[in-house]
Amino acid sequence: MSVPHAKLPGWAEYGLIPLVNLAVAFLISGLVVLIVGESPLEAAYHMINGAFGRGEYIGFTLYYTTTFIFTGLAVAVAFHCGLFNIGGEGQAYIGGIGVALACLSFDHTLPWYLVFPIAILGAAFFGALWALIPGWLLARRGSHIVITTIMFNFIAASLMNYLLNKVFKPLGSMSLETRTFDAGGQLPKLDWLMSIFGLSVGTAPFNISFLLALLAAFGVWVLIWRTRLGYEMRTMGHSSAAARYAGIKEAKIIVITMMISGGLAGMMALNPIMGEQFRMQLDFVQGAGFVGIAVALMGRSHPAGIIPAALLFGMLYQGGAEISFEMPSISRDMIVIIQGLVILFAGALEHMFRPAITRLVLGLSPKTRDVAATKGA
Amino acid sequence: MDFFQVFIELAQSTVRLSTPLILAALAGLFTERAGVFDIGLEGKMLGAAFAAGCVAYISQSVMMGLFAAVLVSVLLSLVHGYASITQRGSQIVSGVAINFVVAGSTVILGEAWFRQGGRTPALTEDGRFGRITLPFADAVREVPILGPLYSGLLSGHSPLTYLAFLMVPASWWILYRTRFGLRLRAVGENPGAVDTAGISVIWLRYRAVICCGILCGIAGAYLSLSANAGFTKGMTAGKGYIALAALIFAKWRPKNILFACLLFGFLDAFAIRYQGYAFPLIGRVPVQFMQALPYILTVILLAGFIGKAIPPKAGGVPYVKER
Repeated sequence: MSVPHAKLPGWAEYGLIPLVNLAVAFLISGLVVLIVGESPLEAAYHMINGAFGRGEYIGFTLYYTTTFIFTGLAVAVAFHCGLFNIGGEGQAYIGGIGVALACLSFDHTLPWYLVFPIAILGAAFFGALWALIPGWLLARRGSHIVITTIMFNFIAASLMNYLLNKVFKPLGSMSLETRTFDAGGQLPKLDWLMSIFGLSVGTAPFNISFLLALLAAFGVWVLIWRTRLGYEMRTMGHSSAAARYAGIKEAKIIVITMMISGGLAGMMALNPIMGEQFRMQLDFVQGAGFVGIAVALMGRSHPAGIIPAALLFGMLYQGGAEISFEMPSISRDMIVIIQGLVILFAGALEHMFRPAITRLVLGLSPKTRDVAATKGA
Repeated sequence: MDFFQVFIELAQSTVRLSTPLILAALAGLFTERAGVFDIGLEGKMLGAAFAAGCVAYISQSVMMGLFAAVLVSVLLSLVHGYASITQRGSQIVSGVAINFVVAGSTVILGEAWFRQGGRTPALTEDGRFGRITLPFADAVREVPILGPLYSGLLSGHSPLTYLAFLMVPASWWILYRTRFGLRLRAVGENPGAVDTAGISVIWLRYRAVICCGILCGIAGAYLSLSANAGFTKGMTAGKGYIALAALIFAKWRPKNILFACLLFGFLDAFAIRYQGYAFPLIGRVPVQFMQALPYILTVILLAGFIGKAIPPKAGGVPYVKER
């Protein structure tokens, strides 16, 4: 196979190309705003202001960021192994069972710092379990992982609907949610972190699971680039034939990768359940699992890229809420469009601008021009 | 006779609920058989349903609505084609992207144009597909057994329903009895061989993607012009994914698609009718279980426990011409 593209320097590969893709996605979103009959510049102003204008807004932005770091990492880990885990949504939803069980069992008796680790394990366990089945089906029976994980999203939605109806809902309650947790099931806010910068978190549910998300991002970096398992995963991602030849047990790696991915997605449930609502509600994931796909694509599946990409989507979610408040004709569905466009341009069309950028970058850099000249002569 | 009446009613709603599934699953059949995976069926249907709702309301013409639906769906298909055939991007990622863009923009545009909470205004009879009453349907209604079967089950559906059922043999004929169909299937199995024969892989795959767009467009138009009187927010409600499941359940074969879609349509009809009904022996079947059943069945099939579903060999792989 011929290599279609020349190698670019790192700053262009990981900086310029994603930025160009993002810019195009935003330009088209701006067009949609124009069609609706509003000013894109005004929308952009409300978005930035709504996301960063006040300590409280920043708190909300970082709250969403936390969620997207988890789901982004989940998709990225699977990407490294050449698997497309589109089931983050379902895994996060099922992960909620672990959090809810931990909180409902111990919130009266234990302080939050003891319930939190149990909830983390519970969330990761249930999320991993939900990813284990598609992983196992791929490894042993050759079922296509994309299709099975999509199916598992729907099965999870039905299952959770049933469980909330029949198991978790307190007697006599009408709404589909668990009871509100006691102090033991409520994570403390990170107001001390915000006050270092002289900001007040206000009512924003910015909580300690943000630190867990950063820790998870570091953990993923160590796993993928500094451990034997990560090496095996990346080998499989590049070439499963090479992995087989090197004696890597494919089935085992697939199942383990999917479980790690599902566990990360499941841990997302901590943030809304223990950090914001203090109860498990119907449909608490709200599409965060799918945002993870956009985040992983934007962040090029590297934790150092995923964190800023998650911040970007956190900004879109919080700023988007502010836009819909200021400009009623632009509802929060605008974010869904932007998300789709980011997935389109950073994912499916990632090579569209590459030839032009390659020409531009390599043409501008004097060193490569010299090399080209000597070759030509 | 009571049991028979229930059977007729169930069968009729099965037919109604399977119609969009059949059209969308056949749409998926064309692209996937040509080696282009498409999880954007949902988005294309939704976009088509929206276009149909808007145009049929403005023009007060159902045919214009249908035409707009097909146009939008084909355009979305071409975006998918451009990303996955020309740019050789990931077909899955492209499909996911289309689903999101459509889900968001139908609401934003619908709200901006009509201000009815993401709906399009309710259509009058002119803007909708009426029901076709087959000849003598009223005359034979009183004939035992055959009468209700004919006038209750066969007669009285939307023209698009009849079209959907006709599309099943038509798709079979196109895919298995024409030169285009042979080449389309070949390009999904071994594009290299097709290329060697001097046939353009790219153009063939584009044509397959356009076929998919047309059928998805009709499926979307059925939802907003026939099953409902106008577009409502998110009205496909996962039907695109059920169609995808049906396509896999049918092992990528037209005849099986008909049965898979009828089965999934029946499960839906059954769940609606018997919600909260306590059966003898089994007791009450949770409605959530019925809703999840198509997906569970597909997973079991994919796991190879009921026969084996083998996808087209070159599916999901962009074609790169060797130099």
